[in-house]
Formats: sequence, structure tokens, C-alpha cells
Amino acid sequence: MLKNMIIGAAAFAVAGSVFASTPSFAEDTLYIPSLSYRTGPFAGAGTPIANGFADYFTMLNERDGGIGGAKIVLEECETAYNAQKGVECYEATKGNGALAYNPYSTGITLQLIPKAPVDKIPVLSMGYGLSAAAVGEKFPWTFNYPASYWSQMSSILQYIDANGGIKGKKIGFIYLDVGYGKEPIPLLEKLAPEMGFEWVGFPVGVKEMQAQGATWLNVRKERPDWMIAWSFGAMTPTAIKEAAKIRFPMDKFIGNWWSGAHADLEPVGAPGKGYKAANFSGVGVDFPALQDVIKHVVDAGKSQAEKDDVGKVNYNRGLFNAVIMAEAVRAAQKATGKKGITGEDMRLGLETFVLDEARLKEVGLEGFTAPISGSCKDHEGSGSIFIQQWDGSNWGRISDLIPPMTEVVKPLLADAADKYVSEQSGWQTQTCG
Amino acid sequence: MELLSKIFIEPFETMYALPDLFLQALWEGFVSGTLYSLIALGFVLIFKASGVFNFAQGIMVVFAALVLVGIHALGVPAYIAVLLTLGVMALLAMTVVRFVMKPLVNQPDIILFMSTIGITFILIAGGQLIFGGEPKAMITTELGLPTGSSDWEVGGGLVIFQHIDIAAAIIAALLIAGLALFFNKTKTGRALRAVADDHQAALSVGISLERIWVIVWFAAGVVALTAGILWAAKSDVSFALQVIALKALPVLVLGGFTSIPGAIIGGLIIGFGEKLFDLYWGSPILGGGTESWFAFIIALIFLLYRPEGLFGEKHIERI
Amino acid sequence: MFYRETGQFKASYKTDSAKFPIFQDKLFIWFYIIIGFLVIPFFGSEFFLGAIMIPFLVFTLASIGLNILTGYTGQISLGTGAFMGVGAYACYKLTLAFPDVNILIFIFVSGFFSAIVGVFFGLPSLRIKGFYLVVTTLAAQFFLEWAFIRIPWLYNYNDSGAIEVPQREAFGVIVTGAQASAEVRYLVVLAVVVIMTWFASNLISGRIGRQWMMIRDMDIAAELMGVRPLYAKLSAFAVSSFYCGVAGALMVFLWLGAAEVESFDYNHSFEILFMVILGGLGSLLGCFLGAAVIWILPVIIRDWLPPLVDALTPFTITSSAADLVSDIIIGVMIVVFLIMEPLGLARLWSIIKQKLRVWPFPY
Repeated sequence: MLKNMIIGAAAFAVAGSVFASTPSFAEDTLYIPSLSYRTGPFAGAGTPIANGFADYFTMLNERDGGIGGAKIVLEECETAYNAQKGVECYEATKGNGALAYNPYSTGITLQLIPKAPVDKIPVLSMGYGLSAAAVGEKFPWTFNYPASYWSQMSSILQYIDANGGIKGKKIGFIYLDVGYGKEPIPLLEKLAPEMGFEWVGFPVGVKEMQAQGATWLNVRKERPDWMIAWSFGAMTPTAIKEAAKIRFPMDKFIGNWWSGAHADLEPVGAPGKGYKAANFSGVGVDFPALQDVIKHVVDAGKSQAEKDDVGKVNYNRGLFNAVIMAEAVRAAQKATGKKGITGEDMRLGLETFVLDEARLKEVGLEGFTAPISGSCKDHEGSGSIFIQQWDGSNWGRISDLIPPMTEVVKPLLADAADKYVSEQSGWQTQTCG
Repeated sequence: MELLSKIFIEPFETMYALPDLFLQALWEGFVSGTLYSLIALGFVLIFKASGVFNFAQGIMVVFAALVLVGIHALGVPAYIAVLLTLGVMALLAMTVVRFVMKPLVNQPDIILFMSTIGITFILIAGGQLIFGGEPKAMITTELGLPTGSSDWEVGGGLVIFQHIDIAAAIIAALLIAGLALFFNKTKTGRALRAVADDHQAALSVGISLERIWVIVWFAAGVVALTAGILWAAKSDVSFALQVIALKALPVLVLGGFTSIPGAIIGGLIIGFGEKLFDLYWGSPILGGGTESWFAFIIALIFLLYRPEGLFGEKHIERI
Repeated sequence: MFYRETGQFKASYKTDSAKFPIFQDKLFIWFYIIIGFLVIPFFGSEFFLGAIMIPFLVFTLASIGLNILTGYTGQISLGTGAFMGVGAYACYKLTLAFPDVNILIFIFVSGFFSAIVGVFFGLPSLRIKGFYLVVTTLAAQFFLEWAFIRIPWLYNYNDSGAIEVPQREAFGVIVTGAQASAEVRYLVVLAVVVIMTWFASNLISGRIGRQWMMIRDMDIAAELMGVRPLYAKLSAFAVSSFYCGVAGALMVFLWLGAAEVESFDYNHSFEILFMVILGGLGSLLGCFLGAAVIWILPVIIRDWLPPLVDALTPFTITSSAADLVSDIIIGVMIVVFLIMEPLGLARLWSIIKQKLRVWPFPY
């Protein structure tokens, strides 16, 4: 009997979902889906990002009544960092008038890139995803502000060069052995002869994230002068612990911006002291915008985040992502004169928004990040990054903004974009005036 | 020709040139080998007593560590938290036996195996629902586990022994010895071996299957907790940890599913093997990252020669 | 009363050994085929087609592949995900090399590559049985996963290590890529699955299928009766991997649109094993039922639970909690099903059929 009921219920539910009507929203709301991952192996990064992203929009709704008079409707859909669930979330939410997607996963981003021009919904992969998507003429619908992985890597290499010189040095590159980790390798190959360093790669499989013994034996064998990490999730604390174990000098170990969050270093604690990481969004709560978030959202109990979480690296990054989205919405509203905008308008907004020093101050984020503005040609914005260092219990910013080596990165990006487009037939490009 | 040299000559040159590295690799292999043995032991215990291939052993490792850290986070002192965690594991053992194992008595192996995968799902999702999915630090110092390291100078280099690794090896060895004693010398242990030999014969002489199974699942829980603490001390407590438990499978294949000494020796072979292989052959020739499959391929090759493992029981098939 | 076969006489061997000897069964099949081809594409929303039906059919095909190996031949495998990957990468390389060839041809051809790899990793099965074989298939899974990353040629030296599905046509209609409509993709997948299911059912009831089942029931006895284990086991591995390979190619080309190695990881092997066991070992119908329950049920829970909880209780439930709850429900369901009906959903269907036959009387 029970079994029949289960089957009956399932059949009924299936039948129902065919005809389930999609909820329709009033004209002047802004529907933004948030593909979050609060579960799964990378939940440690996904949770604060999703919180920061949501809280900023909630704050705008509470404080300003939305953007330009239009309320923001944020819908979270759990992907568990799984590409299949990501596609499911996309299909489930795109019909509701989604303005843009922020997948926070390279795998999901790659799946959405070809869908974006068809469904006319832009993809903003902020500091991840396909580096080549930075070429606006080839990828009209994809953005990766404020910088691509390649730009970031070039900034890190410059930082090393400025701190003791890079010529003749050996750089160890430890990376998660998936698309994300391998992405900067072409840049290393290109820059090694130009800048005169030698590099050696240490891949770490997803399954080996927490068992890196052999990897670090290899590091010992190779004796690199610097280590650069392109790690994620549980791989980062394990790598830092192993580095401490072989007594690798921590201040010569630099992670990218996904390898330097509070969640990565808190399990390590004091042994990680001196570890550095790239970042593009400010740390801490000493910004008026963050104070507003605390006042209107966190203290009011409208957030999933604890008060302590606000101001941490990944929280602020999620928040910064929301800021870019909000600025793009504003720009789109100004350009079209409409309150409620569409994905197409949003694309325009992402190409025209201006977040300069003055505007940063206006939104309450002075000194939070490098100024950045949208453009048709350049979808990464060539944002500058800074280096932060772990002091045993918190992150502190230790460098000025380091701009990427645009003249090196740009041709590489152009080549990669050409290659991508050449494999696709009927790919839609645009010409920028 | 170059490849042959890379396979047969260069690795040994490197070993000779950097003896400290070689010794370090042996030590690392030994430490991870003992931990693999420990996880494999959890599998063997349950397999011996109930014929169940317990796939949930891996997630039990994570779950136990999570419960421990979670209870400690509530402000409970570390050692009491350990006791409470043991209580939770006992409860888990009873629940599993009562609601899963007992109703499934006499079902084919694959059904029992699948049911443990069902348990895995429940534990992963339940653990995340209760404790949250973000990684947590293991309470190493609170538990009185040592930190720091000692050096040993060899051939112009250093071999570094982490104290936590030494402690891990000792604890694992003690636990294994303790379990071996328990199963060989106590009355319960004898009952357990009787169950392992023949369920029905054991039942007919008055041994309670359910009681034995609870004991075995609890013992597997204790093993899981220990492995969880020791491994998480090396990285952190996160759900990615369960994948490591899959490493226990090739260990079991090498050692045989039913043999405790097999689990120990198999673990050590895999531990030594994968470190040395990746360091001297995997990285230079194949570009590294070989640790993920090396153990499995070794197991596969080994199986072709000895299908029962090193210490497994020989099958005699009849029609 | 509904399933009464009284009056349906068989006058020849041919009708007696027909696929669906009973009239009602034939009716059912045609009913579902008509619904599948004519009703669903016109009335289903894009979400229903793209996120529910296409994955459901893809997983069904993979389940059929695994069921041939596990359910009919008795060899447990955890390498399904990797074999699907082989099919996907093969199809990708083929279509890049010959862009003008009909993509459907390559989807089938890619199955052969998967079959070759499957046979290779099936070799140990000649000596190894049971859980030991599980470990060797896991070895295949992990080794292939590693190879998918480490051989850049496979993903055409893409910097992201991913394969991106190009736009391809079949019979003048765009079938793959983002421009392909959900209806077209759905119909293509459905057609492939229907054809291959029909083929599998013939294979199984034929000579080779009976050999597989003899091996499953007792391999030594089968050998003594003249079944060559080498031939039977390896052919099962080949056919099974062929199905998985085609399913993998369909998954990437007609459903996901792009794939990293993560799309073929060991979790998928488990997922498909679940579908097979929950659906019923050794039953083609079970593959459909298992895939439906394991794929569609969580989608429904994730979609419906949060608004339902919102509406009925004072609590709210987040999307991530709903996801975890659906995992727990799946776990509990697996255990409950194994306890109550170890033979799976297919067995339930035959019980229902029996009940319908005698209804309204109990006997």
C-alpha cells in the first residue's frame, strides 16, 4: 500500500510539474537568481558568498526600496557546485525574467556561456570562469569583471618580481587538477621566458584535496623559491598545513583569490601565519555600505549570516558581486528609462556602468576595490588586485593595487577567444564602436 | 630510450642523491599507510561479522569528526565531547542494525551493499543539515594531541617528523592491537568470530546476532572516530574527506576482505607505494596527480594474480 | 479484470514469443510512445523538457547499460560514469574532426569507443567476482577520470579543460548547441532511447542474453553447459559500455552543452547503480522507473518543498536545506525499498499487474 502511495504521489507530482505555471512578477521588479552552494564539498566558500550577495540586495530593498524604485526579487537555487544541478537551476529560473546569472562555478559558467546569447541573459562570472570571455567583441553576453585568471596571475607574478625579483627564480604552481586550476597555465608558459623564471606544476586531484603528502614531497624535491596556489575548498588549508610541515617559508606562498578566504585559513590558524593571497574586494566592515548591511539586514535578522561573518573575504566578495550587479541595473535603467529591465538591458548596463572613485564613495565603498567600469570591448575591466596576508587570525592588506600586465594578457585572451569561437558555428559576436 | 632511463635509472639516482627525501617519503607513506589500514579495518570488522560491505565507513569517518567538533563547539570540554561522540556512534550503530541490517538479514550481498550507500546519503545530508557544510578545524590541541616536529639530519638534508604523525601512527597501532586482542581473547570476540564463520550455526548455539552486530558497528564507529580525528588534524573536517575512505577499497583488495593483518599490510603497501610512485615515477613521467588511481591500479594488477588478496580465504566453488 | 488475458489465443510460436504477448501491454506501450512523441513535446514547458525529461531519458539509457552488466550478467560495476565520459569525449573529438557529418551518427559511433574501453577493463572479470570486481571497475573509473584531465588532446587543448559542444545539425535541424530547441533535443533523445531499448530487449531475449543470464545465475554451471565465459562476459561489458557511451554523448551534447571531468565522476556511477537497483535488477522497465524516481523526485522536492513549507507552516526552508532534505529522502527511500521490495520498482509493477488482472476479486 505504502509503495503504491509513493508511486502515486510521484506520478501526481510529475504530472503537476508539467503544468506548473511559472510565477509572474510585477512589471517593476528586478528578478535576480542566485545559484548558491551551501552544501557539497565547497560549501565553505559558497555559503558566505551567497550571504554577501543576498544581503546587499536585501539592504538596497530595505534602505532605498530597491534600485531606481524597483524592488529586487532574489531567488536562491542550490547547485551544490554540481554542474547538472546548475543547469537545472538555470532552466528553472530563467523563465522568470532573470537579469543575469552569477554561477560561482567554472563548470556551470561554461555551460551557461553558449546559452546566454540564445536566452538573452548575460552571465557575470566575477573573477572566475572562462578567461577568454573578457573579450567583449567575441563574447557579448559574458563578463568576468574585475579581472580574469590570467590578469590575476600576471599581477601575482609582478608582485613576486617587486619583492625580490623573479628572474632566475623557480616558481612552484600547485593547482586543483580541474579546469579552474589549469586555466592560468598558458599564461605561465608565455611569461616564463619573458620574465626569466622557471615554473613547475603540482597538480592535486579533487579526490586528493585532503591527502597531499606526495605532492609536497615533490615540492621538496623541486625546491621552488615561490609557491603559487590555485586551490579551492578543503585543498587550501591542507596545502598550507603541508607547506608548514615541510617548512616552506609562508611569506613566499601566494594563493589566488579563491585560496585566501577566512574559511580557508581559520582551520589552519597560527601555522598559516605569513601566507599571502590575492584579493580584489576589501576585508573588514569599515565601509559605510557594510555598516548599512549590518544595520538594515543582519541586525534586523533578515540575513542567513551571523554578524561575525560580515566583512570576511568571501562575504565581501559576494557583496561586491551584488554591487556590480546593482550598478549595472542602475546604468541599464538610466539608458532605457525603464524601471523594470530585461536581460538585454542588463547586458547593456554591464557594458556601460561606471564605478569610479567618486561612485565607490557614493555607494559607501571607498577604498574597497580598484575603480572599474564596464565597456563593450573589455569585459574583464582589467581590474587591479592587491595582496593580503594572514596574521595568524585575520587577513590584512599588505600591498597597493597591482594592475595586470594588460599588454601580455590581451593577445592571449584574443587568441583564446578566437579559438573558442572557431569551434562554434554560428557564434554571435559584436563590433564595438 | 629516454623513457627507459626515466623509468629504470633516474628515479634511483634521485633516491641516492637525496636520501633525506627518500626517507621522508617512506615516513609519509608509513603514516598514511597506517591511516588507510585504520579505515580499512572498519570495513573488515563489519564485513567479517555480517558479510556487509559497508560503504558508509567513509562518511562515518567524517560524521564522527563532525559530531566531535560540533559538540565541542557547544562548549563541552574536549574529552567529554569524545565520550559523547562515542555515545552518538553507539546510537548510530544501534539504529543501523535495528532499522537496516536486521530487516535485511539473508538478502544478497549487493542489496546489503546498496543499503549502506543509502545510509551514506542520509549521513552526508543529515550531517550538513545539522552542522553546516563549511569546513571546520579539528580540536587537535584541546584533545592533547601534540603539535610541532622533530628533525633528523641525513646526508645533508632533513627528515622532518611531525609529532602529530608519530602520535597518529602510535594511536592507530594501539587501536589495531586493542581490537585484535578484543576479538581474539574475549568471549564477545569469540562469539564474533563464530558469527563470522556461520550466521546460522552461531544463532543455534545461542549467540545474539543483533548484539554482535551492534558491537561490530560500534567498533567500526570507534575506528571511524579515531581515523577522523587523526586525518582531520592533518587538514580539516570537511565532507571532501569521505573520498579518502575510498582508498580503503584497494587496501582491502590487497589484504583480503576478511583479514585484519591483511588490512594492515595492505594499507602499508598502498601508503608506501603511492608516495614513492608519485614522487619518483608519477610526477616526472606522467605529470603528477597519480595518487588518485595508483592504489586502484595496483589492486587491479594484484587481483589478476591473487583473486583472494594476500590473506583472504580461498574460495572453492561447487555447483 | 483490466489485465485479463482470457480469450487472447496464441496460434503460432511467433505470437507466443512476442515481446508483449498480452494485448493490454501492447496498448500501454503504444500509449506511452504516443504520449512521449506527440503530447509531451507540445505541452511540456522548457523546464520540464530540458531539466526533467531529457536527463531522465539519458539516465535511463545509462541504467539500461549498467543493467545489462549488473542485472543480466551479474557483474557489478562502478565505472559507469567513466564509460559515459569515454562516449562523450569520443563524440566530441569525432564531430570536431568531421563537422559536416550528421551528429546522430557520431553519437552512435562514440558508443563503440566506449565499448572498446569497457572490454579492456572488463578483462579482470574473467578471474574476479563480486566486490573485488567492484574495486577493479572503480580503478577504471579513477584512472579514466585522471586520463580525461591529463590528456589535453581529448578536450582539444581547451584552457579550461572542458569540452564545449559545438552547434551541429542532423537532417537540416539544429540538434546540439544552445540554438537547439528543447523540443528537438527531447525528441532526439527519446528516439535514441526508444530504439536502443527495443534493441536491448531483443538482445536480452536472444541467444546472447540467455547466455548472460546463465553466467549471472551460476557461471561455473554455465561454463559446463557450453557457455564461453570469456565471450559472454566480455560481450556484456562491450554492450553495456556501448549503451553507457551513447548515454554519455547524449548527456553532454543534448543536455548539458558543456562538460568538465566532474560530469563523469564516480558519483554518477553510484547514481546510476541506484537507479538500476531501485528500478529492479534485470528489468528494462525498471531502468525507466529507477531513473524516474532518482532523477525526478529530487527535482520535485527541490522545487516544491520551499513554497510548500512556506505556505503550510510558519517556517521557511532554504533552497539548500531542501536539497539536503531531498538527499535524505532518497537515502531513506533506498533503504526502505531494499527492505520492503529488494527486487525493485519493476517487481512492484508486476504485482500491480497481477492485482489488476483479478480485480475486483482477491484471487
